[in-house]
Amino acid sequence: MDDVDRKILNLLQQEFPLTVEPYKDLAQRVDRSEAEVLERIARLKEAGIIRRIGGIINARGLGWVTTLCAVSVPEDRIEEIAQRINAEPGVTHNYLRDHELNMWFTLIAPSYQEIETIIDKIENDIALPIHNFPAAQTYKIKVSFDMRRGMIYDNK
Amino acid sequence: MIINSVDRKIIYLLQGDLPLVTHPYKKLAQELGIDEEEIVARIKVLQEQGIIRRCCAVLQHQKAGYTANAMVVWKVAAEEIDSLGQHVAGYPFVSHCYHRYTSEEFTYNLFAMIHATNEENLLSNVEKISQHPGLSDYQIIRSVRELKKTSMQYILD
Repeated sequence: MDDVDRKILNLLQQEFPLTVEPYKDLAQRVDRSEAEVLERIARLKEAGIIRRIGGIINARGLGWVTTLCAVSVPEDRIEEIAQRINAEPGVTHNYLRDHELNMWFTLIAPSYQEIETIIDKIENDIALPIHNFPAAQTYKIKVSFDMRRGMIYDNK
Repeated sequence: MIINSVDRKIIYLLQGDLPLVTHPYKKLAQELGIDEEEIVARIKVLQEQGIIRRCCAVLQHQKAGYTANAMVVWKVAAEEIDSLGQHVAGYPFVSHCYHRYTSEEFTYNLFAMIHATNEENLLSNVEKISQHPGLSDYQIIRSVRELKKTSMQYILD
């Protein structure tokens, strides 16, 4: 990873150019050829640094509802319960965390009623109470990282 | 929400990974029998409507060097939560910040995701935030293991 890569990552995280030839526009902004920019992005994808390039769909804009849930899972049931929770297509993130409530997952569904139905179903299957923490107010959703400010790659 | 079939195809394309080619919308344009400019114009409308937040690269932040990540929760007075939530959201190392409804056993109501390049920076970021009046009661809840991480497929073809 060099300065050009970091510049590309910073720009691409902010906004993918909304044009017919977006990589050409990006290439102009970093003063490189389109072919080189495509090659660099391919490399960043292969390295797993870029997960994907696409749209961030606003669940609520589509009328969908999201929530964050937590369960206190006994150590010996972690795999089994993770499997059950992850089987729900509306569960997009699930993490084991260092807390008494040790399994935290996000759930997306077309309506709040469906969220409750899914939670009830999972509770019924795992026989453990699920804590449901729907958002009352969203102050920020922005996942972009400054690749140049960090010192992370400077010694490599 | 009713979305026409062209927009559905566009959302379907955008919820995944765009092809890494000079004309990423060409294939879809041919399939739909419209030109690429029209697809780009539709994407802009979908953004204005708030259905698409934005188009961008999604990084895997651990691999991008942000290896220390935690969820931090604060117990905040109800009448202060909006101003404190906006305060926390203002920090560049905070990616997500919400006021959430709580349960009887878990009463921390302000949630944030915090990122740093190492553990030391993470802790100093959390301390920096929590020095602010009203934010002294907090817990750092670290992830131990990723059990699932996917993008939602809102539209199934």
